[in-house]
Amino acid sequence: MAFLPATEPLVVFVSVLVGTVDRLVGVVLDDLWGTSMDALSALTGIDMLGSPFMQRAYLAAVCIALIGPLVGSFLVHREMAMIGDTLAHSAFAGVAAGLFVNAAFAVTVPPLLTALIVAGVAALLVQTLVDYAGAYRDTSLAIVLTGSFAVGSVLVTATDGGIAVGINAYLFGSLATVSRASAAILLAMSVFVTLGVTAAYRPLVYVTFDEIGARAAGLSVTRYNQLLAVLTAVVVVGAMQIMGVILVAGMLVIPVAAATTARGFKRSVVAAVAAAQFATITGVTMAYLFDVAAGGTIVLVAIAVYLAVTVAVRARRSVGQMRSNHRAPAPVSTDRGDDTD
Amino acid sequence: MSVIEATDVTFAYGHRPVVDGVSLSVDEGAFLGLVGPNGSGKTTLLELLIGLRRPDSGSVTLFGDPAHESTHGERIGFVPQDVSASNGEMPTTVREAVRMGRYPRRLLGRFTEDDRQAIDSALVRVGIADLADRRVGRLSGGQRQRVFIARALAAEADLLALDEPTVGVDAESREAFYDLLCELNADGITVVLIEHDIGVVTTHASEIACLNRELYFHGDPGAFVETDALADAYGGSQSVVQHHH
Repeated sequence: MAFLPATEPLVVFVSVLVGTVDRLVGVVLDDLWGTSMDALSALTGIDMLGSPFMQRAYLAAVCIALIGPLVGSFLVHREMAMIGDTLAHSAFAGVAAGLFVNAAFAVTVPPLLTALIVAGVAALLVQTLVDYAGAYRDTSLAIVLTGSFAVGSVLVTATDGGIAVGINAYLFGSLATVSRASAAILLAMSVFVTLGVTAAYRPLVYVTFDEIGARAAGLSVTRYNQLLAVLTAVVVVGAMQIMGVILVAGMLVIPVAAATTARGFKRSVVAAVAAAQFATITGVTMAYLFDVAAGGTIVLVAIAVYLAVTVAVRARRSVGQMRSNHRAPAPVSTDRGDDTD
Repeated sequence: MSVIEATDVTFAYGHRPVVDGVSLSVDEGAFLGLVGPNGSGKTTLLELLIGLRRPDSGSVTLFGDPAHESTHGERIGFVPQDVSASNGEMPTTVREAVRMGRYPRRLLGRFTEDDRQAIDSALVRVGIADLADRRVGRLSGGQRQRVFIARALAAEADLLALDEPTVGVDAESREAFYDLLCELNADGITVVLIEHDIGVVTTHASEIACLNRELYFHGDPGAFVETDALADAYGGSQSVVQHHH
């Protein structure tokens, strides 16, 4: 029994680790977030903010609205927006695989974990396909997208329908799936993504702005593309629970599109996160009040923000033009102004 | 001392050779104009010279090291064709783009006073300091090319590689752009320029390389116009762009 002394410290280490993580989650979720939300609830008199269920939903909303546009800003300006959708569908295959394994064998695998693994592998696969094909070909993305969804649908129907019920929540998203554990996982993913983007911000910006120039300057474009793809996979899996597989890509694209008129890339990222925060917090609130799907509500609010910004920018531009022409018909300009409020 | 040393370089896309047996050296402080008909392998050769591609056979050394594994990235400033430059939709400002010149040497951490000074003086040097807060995508073609030059200057690059930088740029801005390039060359920066307008090259460059898959000529502009290299490389075609300035 030579291995016993070696395994015992390992067991101790793991249990200490689990204990530490557990306590950390308690501190962050209950002491920090929970307490401040309780205080906010008491201050504003809004009961909804006091319920642990909604507190978790708002935490998820804040996280998603941070990491979605953070990664999406690079994807959109590299014209890689479709990759989010593709990875979301491969994450679905991962969820289905997890649920299938749980149903078929006597083990418990968190579907989020299998989703993360499958989406991560798909991210690297897509990147390899892209490198091989030399461009972000719609065709290779479409093959991976439909292929993973096909795998998912086959796995879902391969069991006796038991897991088909659970799968609906992942397809369309739901506030109810945000358990204490998954809120903690999403929070950890958000920290990971934020740190990743912060650490690689400069090379990512360079590669996004001018890929050949970045290569000439000695940056490893392939490595940063892979990093971006993997970060996208993490965002998609994290946001999937509330947004749903089908709508999750919206959080990577719509707030970024709403912020493209900003002057400066860094400002546009901040503006996109702000727009996304507004969309997710409003969306989660409305979804709770009217008992409708959170993902759909969030996307609709985000699109409304995008439209409002677009109209406002157009109006400001045409007012500016009229002023520079020294012919500013006042009634028209105020009409447009009202539209944008 | 030579900045670039290419020896018997061959490169093919699949089975189609685009650069065949090219030997060429670029000395420090040179202004090399690379001319040749469309599809003659000019861009591929430039990419080989600055290490963006690895030759199938032969070798390229850049600042003394094999070009494709060169670690001298910050010494190379690349100016792309305007049409292939970054999409105008990305809301990058001029200052943000020029700051990128410092990124290869400072991937993390705060910018120092040196970094900021290099950026500011690069903006002033190419005459776009007043555009610093404008979006790159909203500039004219000529202004945008100056942004890429400024980025190279901020990087303190000593080699500028330009691939037909003034395609689609109006005549007046072109003249000013090439004057700037000559000034920078006089300051000691080595320039390798792909240009379809042979008049521009014979006026500004200190040496000319004429390419059509193989190297037809490499020498000074005066000798170039005396030889038949041009007609040979272009296959006697009448479509050669040649303005006399």
